[in-house]
Amino acid sequence: MNEKQDPRHVHIDAKPDLLDLHLGDVWRYRDFVVSYTQSYFLKRYKQTILGPLWLLINPLINALMNLFVFGVIAGIGTNGIPRLLFYLSGHGIWNFLAAIITSCSVTFSANAYLFGKVWFPRLSIPIANTLIATVEYAIQLIPFLLCALYFALTGTFSIRWGGLLLSFGLLLWLAALGLGVGVIVSSATAKYRDLSLLVSLFVRFWMYATPVVYPLSEVPQGLAYTLVLLNPVTPVMECFRYLLFGVGEVSVGMIAYSLILTVLILFGGLYCFNRIERSFMDTV
Amino acid sequence: MEKDTMIAVRGVSKRYRIGQINSTTLQRELQSWWARKRGKEDPNRKIGSKGTYGDLFYALQDIDLTVHAGEAVGIIGANGAGKSTLLKLISRITAPTTGTIDIAGRVTTMLEVGTGFDGELTGRENIYFNGTLLGMRKEEIDEKIEDIIEFSGLREFIDTPVKRYSSGMYMKLGFSVTANLNSEIIIVDEVLAVGDNDFQNKCIRYMKEASSLQGRTVLCVSHNMQQIRKLCTRCIVLDQGRIVFDGDPEEAIRIYLHQQVREETTIDYSDIARPSWLKEQPLFLHSAHFAEERSSFFHDEKIRLVLDCSAAADIQGVSLRIEVRDPFDEPTGTFILYDLADLRKDERREITVEYPLREFSDGTYITVYNFFVRDELGSNLNIENVPGLSFQVRRKRTAGELDWDHRNWGKIALQGAEVISVRDRTERPEEGK
Repeated sequence: MNEKQDPRHVHIDAKPDLLDLHLGDVWRYRDFVVSYTQSYFLKRYKQTILGPLWLLINPLINALMNLFVFGVIAGIGTNGIPRLLFYLSGHGIWNFLAAIITSCSVTFSANAYLFGKVWFPRLSIPIANTLIATVEYAIQLIPFLLCALYFALTGTFSIRWGGLLLSFGLLLWLAALGLGVGVIVSSATAKYRDLSLLVSLFVRFWMYATPVVYPLSEVPQGLAYTLVLLNPVTPVMECFRYLLFGVGEVSVGMIAYSLILTVLILFGGLYCFNRIERSFMDTV
Repeated sequence: MEKDTMIAVRGVSKRYRIGQINSTTLQRELQSWWARKRGKEDPNRKIGSKGTYGDLFYALQDIDLTVHAGEAVGIIGANGAGKSTLLKLISRITAPTTGTIDIAGRVTTMLEVGTGFDGELTGRENIYFNGTLLGMRKEEIDEKIEDIIEFSGLREFIDTPVKRYSSGMYMKLGFSVTANLNSEIIIVDEVLAVGDNDFQNKCIRYMKEASSLQGRTVLCVSHNMQQIRKLCTRCIVLDQGRIVFDGDPEEAIRIYLHQQVREETTIDYSDIARPSWLKEQPLFLHSAHFAEERSSFFHDEKIRLVLDCSAAADIQGVSLRIEVRDPFDEPTGTFILYDLADLRKDERREITVEYPLREFSDGTYITVYNFFVRDELGSNLNIENVPGLSFQVRRKRTAGELDWDHRNWGKIALQGAEVISVRDRTERPEEGK
């Protein structure tokens, strides 16, 4: 039998090629990824009163809170962008990343039972979580679009509608980064469970180190500025604002730095995940 | 690999670490590290385990196994022999420590029926979720969904959330998804232990057909020798992580049952694996021995059993069941000793119990020692379960007593029947008239 050519042939070796990320397996299980995503939404909004409406209400409340705290009380400027639009877009983008990281970080603990009973490419779970976050982002975009439309019609401010389309490319970039960080965190929490308590803290800290509730231009030069610049999400955020609103501080160097870091984090994460995944079932 | 080889296991071992609880909190790991640094006992080591931190334990050792298409292979062995580990390796749930495994086909793992079912979703939604989880494409399920629903016999409930299903319906749905997978290899672990008789027979029939008619390969673990007899064309006996027999099922069953009979008068339990269903183990039995230092007894004797155990927590009302079985693993009877002792954390006690043999007929008996406590509602919570010492009973016969007919009379020589009186009821013509 020609083992190499038969796609159904499986070879398990105690000394595996760890660089083989088994992406082919994930591709074969693509219908599972879709099915997982579907059942997530089916489950989530059964037995809720407002259903997916929550996805519209949440960002609005959040944006209003940010507007009050950072805009009204702290008086941080927004580069001339209407505040509501500024906070809505920032929150939407950040939420996309945070949702990927937090949901991926519990891959092992939340699915330990399933992992112990049946084999399927484990990576399909974080990928499905990324897909879920993407769908939620698309829904969250609705209040933003409505506000943008309002500002455009009243003639106060117009976003660049073409830039909006281009900004979807940034999602891919951010998704790769989130997936990478998510699988690294999930691998670490599979080994040390108490690290999972730090995840939300870490995500919150990261948010404040990212120009989400403030534009990069408002950051004073010095240590804080360097810190924010080292953050690989900063260029994504600024690119996004540049595409949508035409203002933002971003350079080719910053983009290249962030892209390279993203690729490193993604592949490093997949590598860790692959290692942990092989022996995870022996540790629970 | 040869043409019809479906599974080729080569030199596979699986190693676990004793004492080290791999998934841990950072705090615990630091604690253990600090204790070792100061040369103290690791506070996180499982009590009673002889091994020190990082000692290795082989669940499977140097396994070589080749399974061909159309074979139905049974895997039997005592608790901890490595049966489930072997199935988990072949179904890719965990990875081997050494060796290679080649599998020439899609594998359906039935370690459980209906894995991943979600109570909130309807039967139909769960079929899609479960089907894709098991590796089906969506189009495949679209094609087969009618067959699956038909096979399950749940058509009228298929759009009801499965949380409203009975456990029987749940299993029927799960099984019909699995049964409609086009896999070349089916792996089953004690699935047949659940469900009613009808369901079990349906499973066996299905697997029998799969192997004998459709040329698929079936691998199954069972403690039920009848099921192994009905289903398997070949059987493997595992003992302490090694294959000790591979061949004819009848011979395998004979070897396995023979293994169960121990002639020792003492057992050290430090390295004996506990059954996987034993979730909590606040009590640890170190060893058991017969005070008489022999395993053969006359029926008018009593066996004095000494149990050496320690507690990892305070336990009120430790109780013990001595479950007695015949060499074919059929339960014979059980001694229950309620509230033997109360144990405090870190206490080690030697408990001596005695049981009479006057009701046992001639023969060999194997035992299981099962410690338990009762919760507030009086239900049973098992806290320790190990294979016990076997014993032989010989009935002293006074002249004129019958030989015991095991086939018709059973294993128990019931005691205590007495003659109360014998009255004369014969009708006789009255005398003296």
